[in-house]
Amino acid sequence: MKIHEYQAKEILRRYGVKTPAGIACFSVDDAVAAAEKLGGDKWVVKAQIYAGGRGKGGGVKLARSLAEVRLLAEGMLNKPLITPQTGPAGQVVHRLYLEQGVDIQHEYYVGIVIDRGRQRACLIASSEGGMDIEQVAASTPEKIHKILINPMTGLSDQEVNDVVCKIGIPASSQLAAQALLKGLYQAFDENDASLLEINPLIVTRDGQVLALDAKMNFDDNALFRHPDIVALRDLDEEDPAEIQAAEHDLSYIPLEGNIGCLVNGAGLAMATMDIIKLYGGNPANFLDVGGGATVEKVTEAFKIMLRHPNLRAILVNIFGGIMKCDVIAQGVTTAAREVKLAVPLIVRLEGTNVELGKKILAESGLPIISATTMADAAEKAVGAAA
Amino acid sequence: MTQGITGKTGQFHTRLCREYANGQQCFVAGVNPKKPGEQFDGIPIFATVQEAKQATGATVSVIYVPPAFAAAAIDEAVEAELDLVICITEGIPVHDMLRTRYKMEGRKTRLIGPNCPGIITPDEIKIGIMPGYIHKKGRVGVVSRSGTLTYEAVAQLMALGLGQSTCVGIGGDPINGLKHRYVMELFNEDAETDAVLMVGEIGGTDEEDCARWIKDNMKKPVVGFIAGLAAPPGKRMGHAGAIIAGGQGTAQGKIAVMEECGIRVTRNPAEMGKLLKSVL
Repeated sequence: MKIHEYQAKEILRRYGVKTPAGIACFSVDDAVAAAEKLGGDKWVVKAQIYAGGRGKGGGVKLARSLAEVRLLAEGMLNKPLITPQTGPAGQVVHRLYLEQGVDIQHEYYVGIVIDRGRQRACLIASSEGGMDIEQVAASTPEKIHKILINPMTGLSDQEVNDVVCKIGIPASSQLAAQALLKGLYQAFDENDASLLEINPLIVTRDGQVLALDAKMNFDDNALFRHPDIVALRDLDEEDPAEIQAAEHDLSYIPLEGNIGCLVNGAGLAMATMDIIKLYGGNPANFLDVGGGATVEKVTEAFKIMLRHPNLRAILVNIFGGIMKCDVIAQGVTTAAREVKLAVPLIVRLEGTNVELGKKILAESGLPIISATTMADAAEKAVGAAA
Repeated sequence: MTQGITGKTGQFHTRLCREYANGQQCFVAGVNPKKPGEQFDGIPIFATVQEAKQATGATVSVIYVPPAFAAAAIDEAVEAELDLVICITEGIPVHDMLRTRYKMEGRKTRLIGPNCPGIITPDEIKIGIMPGYIHKKGRVGVVSRSGTLTYEAVAQLMALGLGQSTCVGIGGDPINGLKHRYVMELFNEDAETDAVLMVGEIGGTDEEDCARWIKDNMKKPVVGFIAGLAAPPGKRMGHAGAIIAGGQGTAQGKIAVMEECGIRVTRNPAEMGKLLKSVL
């Protein structure tokens, strides 16, 4: 799960991480009022969307007067912001974050990720802030410093001291930077974050160490113990079909193509998308219906797939193991009738009671195209969608 | 022993595992801290893993405990120094697994999973949730991060008359126990395995690590399939670990490394069995 920058900063401040003063706003008038309240003579107007690259897309701008704040807020609110990560349609901005302008001495990078290879959380720090860290890692790997974090004891004094020196934080700001790093890890750990990124972390001309941006993602599997974080969810940022799917415990991701896929198991679902492409077609979605492909679940899955504007055919690929093929065939035919399915339906069943399952499909009176192997199913689906 | 034997899933699959081959003799204990002294289908239930081990001599556990408590169940099995723990549970928080993995360092217990179908040595024993009857004893090893895609691979092997020595589902989570590489080492040493089918998917670098090890050490033919050539970056494809992040973990990248290491890889998931047969 993702949250907005302003929400991440609210969490981080509870762990002693310092940020510029800021106020979240939902209207142009709010934004102007916020700037007045913050005071000073310059403000940063920041569009709040989950996607990164906001600066490049014109979603982070400096204002030097209240009139300019108004103008910038008007230019961003309720308009799509296109960044390198949003796709060509962009993401409509519904929230702004008004932040006091600060005088930057130097920009650094710090992040905490889960390092799968080493099976630890890992702190990444660099003297090169404000840029794409993957590019820094590729072009100047010597400027990336990593610490694998002991999950029982967290970051030690020695570790944070070392890394703060290595990235070149000025001596007078080092203690503050060390405290900030410890606060970051504590926030990461206690909130079950899967990613925490401060890009940039800055030292100001007067020596303060501030998180100028903040990105936090959370482990979906741990949300059950963080109702406060679940409450931050912004449904405007999510695909309505994905929300509907999640409500029915279906794993669904919309894609660009026109062949809907309904599969049990994530690996087989990916392989089904792959084979559709291999046979010259294009999958409209990833959909894992899970172990129990019940009538209710298959019906919901059909309904969700049918929301896709390009849908031309549906391929059902189910390996019936514990759940038998005849039960699945019943589910598929009942669901197809219930949603009055109008696109071609290709069904490939394999596993327990497969013959019985095929018989049910054949005798259903529905125009179901039955397939034997995955290859046969892909070929038929691609043909039907052409 | 089954940890979480009294839950719906634990009951259901313990029954099926007992009905398979030598299961009746092998599944000898259950664990539930609230129900010691009770029985399930004649299997005695103990309060702790340690007690179950002492009373029955069990050396392996399978875990069906709900996600919030599953990492603690693994910890308990590691503390009790079991040989092998197979964790079926899907949805364990990553931070719980980070701590569990840390506590496992230097300990003897091997972990398979979590979020996996388990392990089967056909016609001998099944410890997990895979359908037993689709398998047959033979000489092909299978290692995979997925469930139903593994069953698909097994069905393709069976259609060609190829049985399996052992099938290992290592699971779809980012922080887990045995990786492809370690299972490959076991297959390399296993006198009953002639060739290995390695099924991978997007996310992480396990397949690449395994491929490099195979190049230098493997004495038997290995073929592969990697799911997710059509998967978009930045999206979690069902499994918690199936995600292309920062350009890392693509199917293209994995296939390239595997092929550089001399492993034949099919792009067609309908031809996994056929490819394996071609190298025998």
